[in-house]
Amino acid sequence: MRILVNGAWREAAAMTLASVLEELGYADSIVATALNGEFVPASARGGARVSEGDRLEVLAPMQGG
Amino acid sequence: MLELYDIEIGSRLLLGTARYPSPAVLTEAIRASRAEVVTVSLRRESSGERAGQGFWSIIRSLGVRVLPNTAGCHSVQEAVTTAQMGREIFGTSWVKLEVIGEDDTLQPDVFGLVEAARILTADGFQVLPYTTEDLIAAERLLRAGCRVLMPWGAPIGSGRGLNNLYGLKALRAHFPDVPLVIDAGIGVPSHAAQAMELGFDAVLINTAVAEAANPVAMAAAFAQAVEAGYAARLAGPMEPRDMAAPSTPVMGRAFLG
Repeated sequence: MRILVNGAWREAAAMTLASVLEELGYADSIVATALNGEFVPASARGGARVSEGDRLEVLAPMQGG
Repeated sequence: MLELYDIEIGSRLLLGTARYPSPAVLTEAIRASRAEVVTVSLRRESSGERAGQGFWSIIRSLGVRVLPNTAGCHSVQEAVTTAQMGREIFGTSWVKLEVIGEDDTLQPDVFGLVEAARILTADGFQVLPYTTEDLIAAERLLRAGCRVLMPWGAPIGSGRGLNNLYGLKALRAHFPDVPLVIDAGIGVPSHAAQAMELGFDAVLINTAVAEAANPVAMAAAFAQAVEAGYAARLAGPMEPRDMAAPSTPVMGRAFLG
C-alpha cells in the first residue's frame, strides 16, 4: 500500500505502525509519531493499524526557539 | 529565585537553540549564557539521517532543562498534537505553546492559544504560552490553567526590543504574582536589561545570540545584562521627571557672582 510519510509517498507492506516504522528504517531512532494528524504514543504503535492513503508524521528532536 | 511551575530556576535567561552556526557554537553559547532552560522543537526526520538524534544527545549532555515548543503551528489541532509528540520525546510536561496567527508578524492567535492551553492543561501539561501583551488574552490563559505567561517584546526574530512599553508595563502591573517571561523580539542586551528593570521575571532569547557575529560572547553579554537588570529592579529605580534637578547640593554654595 502507499502511505504519505512526512509528506512523501512511500510503499509499505506492514499493517501496524510499529512494523511500518521498522520497515521504513526508523527502528533505532528516537521519534514521535502522528497518524492522520493524531498523536500515537510509542506504547500504542503495535496496535495502531495503518491503511492505504494514511498520513504518517515521524518527528525527531530539533533546534528550536 | 525564578520559579516556573514550582521548579526553581537559577538563571533568568532562557535560551533558544536554533540558528547557531554549528553544534559546537551552540554548546559553548549555552554554557556562556548560564541558562538552565533551553527551548527545543521537533521536525520531520527521514530514516537515513540522524540529525535530530545528534542534536538531542548534545542537549542531554549539557544537563539543562528543556522547554519543547510548538513552533510553526497555525491551528489548535496541530499545536496539541505537536505538544503531545514533544512530551513523549523530551520527557517533560512543559510546553512553550505557540499558535501562530499570521506569517508577517508571527503574531500569536490568542483565540487558538487559549483553546489549545485549555486542552493541554486538562491533559496534564504545564503550559507556557507565547502570547501578546493583551490583558484579556492573559486573563483567559490564566483561567485556562496557565501559571506562567510569555508575552512578546516584538515579533519573533525582529530584534526590535520592547515594542509596546505601555502595554507590557500594564501587563506587569495587572498580574504582579504571575511569572512573566519576555519571549521574542529582544535584539541586544540593553533590551533584556530593560525588561528586567520593568519587573519581568525572565527573558527568552534566541536569534539575538545565535545570529550575533560571536554568539558565545553575546550569550555572556546577555547573562550580564539580565543580572544587572534584575539587580536594578530589586534596587528600586528612580522615577523619571520632566525638569532638571541638581544632583550637587545647593546649600552652602559660594556666591561668586
